[in-house]
Formats: sequence, C-alpha cells, structure tokens
Amino acid sequence: MRMICLALLAFAEAVALREAAVASPVQHVLVQMPLLVLAGFMAAWDLKIPRGWAVPLLLAALTVFLFWMLPRNVDWALSPAGETAKYITLPLLLGLPLRLSWPWLGPILRGFLKANALSMLGVLGFLYTHAPVRICNSYLVSAQHDLGFAFLYLAAALACLWAIPVLFGHPRRGPLGAAGCSRCGA
Amino acid sequence: MLVRALPSVLAAVIGGGVLWQATDGAQAFTSEAARRLDVVRAPRAVPAVQLEDMAGRQVPLLPQAGEVVLVEFIYTVCGDICQIAAADFAEIRDRLQARGLRVRLLSVSFDPVRDTPEQMAIYGDAHDADGAMWTVARPLQQDLPDLLELFDVTVIPDEWGGYQHNAAIHVITSDGRFSAVYDTDAVEAVLAYAGGGQP
Repeated sequence: MRMICLALLAFAEAVALREAAVASPVQHVLVQMPLLVLAGFMAAWDLKIPRGWAVPLLLAALTVFLFWMLPRNVDWALSPAGETAKYITLPLLLGLPLRLSWPWLGPILRGFLKANALSMLGVLGFLYTHAPVRICNSYLVSAQHDLGFAFLYLAAALACLWAIPVLFGHPRRGPLGAAGCSRCGA
Repeated sequence: MLVRALPSVLAAVIGGGVLWQATDGAQAFTSEAARRLDVVRAPRAVPAVQLEDMAGRQVPLLPQAGEVVLVEFIYTVCGDICQIAAADFAEIRDRLQARGLRVRLLSVSFDPVRDTPEQMAIYGDAHDADGAMWTVARPLQQDLPDLLELFDVTVIPDEWGGYQHNAAIHVITSDGRFSAVYDTDAVEAVLAYAGGGQP
C-alpha cells in the first residue's frame, strides 16, 4: 500500500512538471520521464511473476526505453497525443515490466544492462553537447547543451553508485571479501 | 526449448517493428528529419494566403502561372542563422536568374508584429532582396499559426529577445503543394530541384 502511494506521488509530481518540461529538456527527459518510470516501478513493487515472463517483459521495457530516447519522440512528447502516450507507456510499459523482470535477471545480465546504460548516456551526452544542429526542434541550443552535460553528470554519478558494491562490497552484506569467500565455500 | 523462447522472440520482433516504424525505417531520428521525409512522401496543399511585402503590397504565397516558390521563415533582427541563410538565398536567386527559371523567393517573417514593411525593407536592402524575384513579406498575425503548422516550423523565444527556429528552404511546386525541404546552404540541391520540372 505504501508503495502504491509512492507510485501515485511520483506520477503526480511528473504531471506537476508539465510546464517545466516544455521549458527545459533536462526537466523533461531527466526529471519528468524518470518520475513516470519510477511510478510504474513502485506500483509493481510487491508483484511477482513467473520466471518465463522475465525476458519478454524486459524486451518490452527496452523497446519503450529506446522509443522515448529518440529525439523526435522527445519533441512529440510535448504535443497532446504524445503527452498522453508518455504518461501511459512510461509507467505501464517501462517502469512496471522492468520491476517485474529485474529479480529474475542474473548478475551478468544486470551488469550488461548497467554498462550499456552508462555507455549510452555517455554517447548521448557527447551528441547533445557537440551536435552542430538542434536535435529537438522544441528546445534551444543552450538547453540542448545543458541536457548533454546532465547526461554526462548522470553517467558519472551512476558509475560511482554502481561501482561501490563491486569494489567495496554491498553495504548490507558486509565487505566483499567475506561475502565472496563464504559464497564460494571458503 | 523453442516454446520457452517463443514469447521472447515475439517480444523482440514486436519491439524491433515498433522502433522501425517510429524511425521511418531507421531513416528519421529527429523531428526535422521526420518532417522532411513526410513532405516528400506526401506533399501538403498550401492555402491561398496573401502576404504583405516590404513595399506594403499584397503578394500571394501560392505559385502563380507555373512558377515554383521557395520559402524561408525568418525574423528580420535575427542575429545568426537567418543572416547566413539569406546570403545563400541570394546566391540561389542569382543563379536561378542566370538560368532564366520561373522561380519566386519569399522570406516570410514569423514575427509580423515587429517586422513592419519598413523593417522588412531594411532586411531586404541588407541582403539585396529587391522585391523582383526575391521579396521579404509577412503574413497576417491570424494566418501565422496555421502557416507554421503546415510547414512544421517550430519557433521558440531565446534568451536575448529573439527566436530559434528550424531554418530551411521550403519548396512549393507549381501545383501549389509544399513538396520538399532543404538545408539553407544546400544551394545545388535546391537549384536541381527547382529547375527539375522546367526546361
């Protein structure tokens, strides 16, 4: 119940950012859209699915993710039809399936997805800071640069966040050495 | 094994299909590329709109008697891209004139409130648009939103009291349809297209 409330809160917050999304691509792509994904993620927090559904749901989530990453759809998301599509698909077809499939994904696949997310953010950051043309017709060139740098900062932050458990062990499971040895039976 | 993989394969195929559709077959990733592709595939009928030129005369947007019309959207106090684009527009005019083609060039202001005929004349003077083959003109304020929508031109105010807009050369062919979009510096391509249907 608490998670549903959090989901609704995230969704309401995203809707409240409507005006800000028109003004700034950073607020649109890196605040509003993630909040919508978070809403779906939270809504599915306590749900479980059979293992067989994990991969198809992950593929659905990846499709929706790639769809909304296309610059033309960032423009489209500001039109009435696109806005409706954004509010429906980001929570229900990205956040929700991602949460449902995540527990079934092995560590290698998780690492692969994280590594790809980082490299993709890096490429996008480079593209948006260096493109000689406006990539989105709805935003100013200066805003496009801001978005590029925001992608790079996010990539750096996520890299640190994801590297900490790998390098120093999980905070809840104790240091890497002990956990690793107990797991391999030493 | 096959049965277990089937839902995943299906999801991958549907996902690939959606993304293929969403990018017009991996051809258009930005809305600018998408509008250019769409216009070529499905030319759009241009309404009979009258514009006011630098001399205060009424000029039609639609091509008259078999001519081709090239349209650029501008605002006269534009500091960067419109100035460069205007130089390229002048070159296109000169070369079309030399070849004797029936083409009319229009720089259409999307800021009709500030761009009075006097203001447009200053812009015309600066770029050698004499009003004969190439003129600067403004629509009525009430016609502007429909025009921008028809040509898919997005105009947003910038930080310095000006605007940013997707600058391009829009071609209206002699049948009165908006049929192609070119980069403002694609001089050769515009010349080839505008001269294509005529001897």
